Amino acid sequence: MKPRFVLRADDPWWRGPALVALAALVTFVVTAALIRWSGGNPIAAFRYMFINPLQSRFGFTESILSATPLVFTGAAVAIAFRAGYWNIGAEGQLLAGTIGATWFGLHADSLPSVVAVPGILVAGAICGAAWSLVPALLRARLGIDEVVTTLLLNPVALLVITGLLNGPWRNSETGFPDSDVIAKSAMMPVVWPDTRVHLGLAFGVVVTLMCWWFVGRMTGGLKLRAVGLAPGAARIAGLHVERTLLSTAVVSGGIAGMGGASEIAGVAHQLTIGISSGFGYTGVIVATLAALSFVGSLVVALMLGIINVGSFSASRALSIPSTMGEVIQSVLLITVVAALVIQKYRIVWKRGDA
Amino acid sequence: MKSSPTPSIWLKDIRKVYGATVALDGVTLELRPAEVHALLGENGAGKTTLMKTLFGLTQPDSGHIEVGGVATRLASPRHARAAGIGMVTQHFSLVKTMTVAENLALAEAGLVRVDLAKARSTAEDAPSRYGLEVPADALVADLPVALQQRVEILKALAAGCRYLILDEPTAVLGPKDVDSLLGVIERLRDQESMSIVLISHKMREVERVADRVSVLRRGAVVASTTAKGMTTKELVALMVGGDGGEPVARAATRAKDGAAVALALRGVSVKRVRGGLAEVSFEVREGEILGVAGVSGNGQSELVDVLSGTLRADSGQLEVAGSVIANATPSALLAAGVGMLGEDRHASAVHHLAVVENLVLDQLQSVTHLGHLNRGAMARRCEAAIKEFEIKATPDQHLGTLSGGNMQKVLLARLFGRAPRAAIVSQPTRGLDVASTRYVRSLIAGARDDGTAVVLVSEDLDEVLELADRVAVMYRGQVVGIVRATEVSREKLGEMMAGVSA
Repeated sequence: MKPRFVLRADDPWWRGPALVALAALVTFVVTAALIRWSGGNPIAAFRYMFINPLQSRFGFTESILSATPLVFTGAAVAIAFRAGYWNIGAEGQLLAGTIGATWFGLHADSLPSVVAVPGILVAGAICGAAWSLVPALLRARLGIDEVVTTLLLNPVALLVITGLLNGPWRNSETGFPDSDVIAKSAMMPVVWPDTRVHLGLAFGVVVTLMCWWFVGRMTGGLKLRAVGLAPGAARIAGLHVERTLLSTAVVSGGIAGMGGASEIAGVAHQLTIGISSGFGYTGVIVATLAALSFVGSLVVALMLGIINVGSFSASRALSIPSTMGEVIQSVLLITVVAALVIQKYRIVWKRGDA
Repeated sequence: MKSSPTPSIWLKDIRKVYGATVALDGVTLELRPAEVHALLGENGAGKTTLMKTLFGLTQPDSGHIEVGGVATRLASPRHARAAGIGMVTQHFSLVKTMTVAENLALAEAGLVRVDLAKARSTAEDAPSRYGLEVPADALVADLPVALQQRVEILKALAAGCRYLILDEPTAVLGPKDVDSLLGVIERLRDQESMSIVLISHKMREVERVADRVSVLRRGAVVASTTAKGMTTKELVALMVGGDGGEPVARAATRAKDGAAVALALRGVSVKRVRGGLAEVSFEVREGEILGVAGVSGNGQSELVDVLSGTLRADSGQLEVAGSVIANATPSALLAAGVGMLGEDRHASAVHHLAVVENLVLDQLQSVTHLGHLNRGAMARRCEAAIKEFEIKATPDQHLGTLSGGNMQKVLLARLFGRAPRAAIVSQPTRGLDVASTRYVRSLIAGARDDGTAVVLVSEDLDEVLELADRVAVMYRGQVVGIVRATEVSREKLGEMMAGVSA
């Protein structure tokens, strides 16, 4: 008996949600065992992780804040993956974006906010796009695998930041390896009074919706999807595969870079070595959990933001490891990927035949 | 060292159906002791399915198999190997990062032990025993293809096989290596008394080593005879000979003389170590079908690739409606009005896109308004195509879920929907059921009647003779002659396909 995967002909509306529910259930069972094993009460832990952040205004808005960079990186990864460009470098592109944004922010004193706020996002986008350009060119021109090149450029970006912060951008007052604080005019205004939720979220949502519109409604989007699904067939149909890959990669890097700018302008207001806690890598999880759907990635980003905030309070209250949040994300990733396979294919058990 | 003869294998009434397609229609084949049995037939005739059945890779729907007089069920390649059957395909199953000896050891390995010393002695004995010289300690990745093939054969021998299936073994070899491989085949038969099935499109090789030959056509054995003493010409005649089926119906309209030349090749060459094209020239007029016939592997695929823009010619010119296409990319050719249907329909289909999206993929400009897809226009066009081309599908269904025939119809609807100046269709009915085959052929004839210049590349001579106005015969990358389809006999075409020039 060997399993064979056969493409499903039908796609009823209930199958997707049902499979997601199943994946969530499996995740709960598996992680409950792990929490139990590390000495915590799973029910209490889940309440801290998923319910508590939603019950207080502070918890909820902190979750949104934590989700903001993931909105950008989720969209960045999703659009690249849709084109079949496996960009694992959103982390590096986001970091490059923070460099561009910091540079702009340090020189924006004389600019009014109306110019400086969009300007800092553009600066981040340009640097993120530039950071993605080399692997994109290598892939489009020479066919060099982008998974490795984009991934390996991530630590390089971090090293550049380390170099800048220990050199030209060392804090002029404290002498610590943090940059000076950026100009007030370039900071993202807070959009929810008395919280830290800033305008960057709105930009992230708009960018995501623009991606959704482009991929689903516009001719360029259909080209992008065709290239991603079957590059050979796309070429035969006269589409420019390399051109599509290159431009998608650059746009993807730009979006990730904007995410970096949003963190600088909205939260940190200065460049630090720990500016990103793996937002780019989590973006891969966001896009995958959302099955590369843009609207779905907004929901997933918020959910992961909640888990982020919740797992810290759970760890404080129940003294379970704070990394449990990442464990849950990882298990969820595996179960959802498995569910996505089942959504597209049915498994046929066939005797002998390969 | 002469072994006792290998007992024979009988394949009896083997039948295998994939969906609506009958791949094998009651095939009976005997593999006798110590013989080389050549299996001929166009691609898609069922050779591969038959050999997969014999190697346990696929299960027949009915029929049975006897090895040495004993009914045997070959449920998997493991069972086949246990019955002494080995197979070498064009895709080697070697671990490239290991040495030759290590690969051989893997083939012989039991559950626990890997006996490298024994493997090395197998490799060292190979030259004297089989005439197979292999460097035991070289990395497989460093070896040329011909040597890798020897390792693959030796692997089968080391596993104790008595029957060897060689699937187009010479397709990947240069002339010298072909010669030495044929020598090995003869030696295995004469000294080891092994029985060998040789699948090949090269008549010269069959002529040299085969004891018997069987011809498969559309899933049935149409001839099975002694090959000794047969000439290349006779072999090709056997392969292309009348099948006794229904007579070929010729389409009514013929090309008008004096119609404009829609597509022309002038001295197009593609240089390759094997294969390639040499100085190919022809013209196709509006409203004419030029059939391209030839035994598989004589340059037809390269010709189609050049005409579709996926292969760059080293020299020569491609002209569409009198003007030279300098940079012949797929998009440039599409823009000039040259459409194409490739031999592998799956390579042209985006399986996970809807039928409606696939249908406009090569003509997106026409459904774009201010950068946006005009979904309404796309839907109307799709509904019309589904009706006109009798496609059994809904517009939003993923193309990959359609049957072969319907998928082919979608691609043909895309090709002919844009009323191309010239259309390249390659093996348009391969693997299709009878009804779809008829329909697809009528579509091609219809496009011709509408004034399209059609290049029809097909290994099915009946198809070429039914549809084509003129037939270009290819042999070793050259067009050896272009003849009027009404004025040429099947025998004459066979001679040309065998390399006897017109």
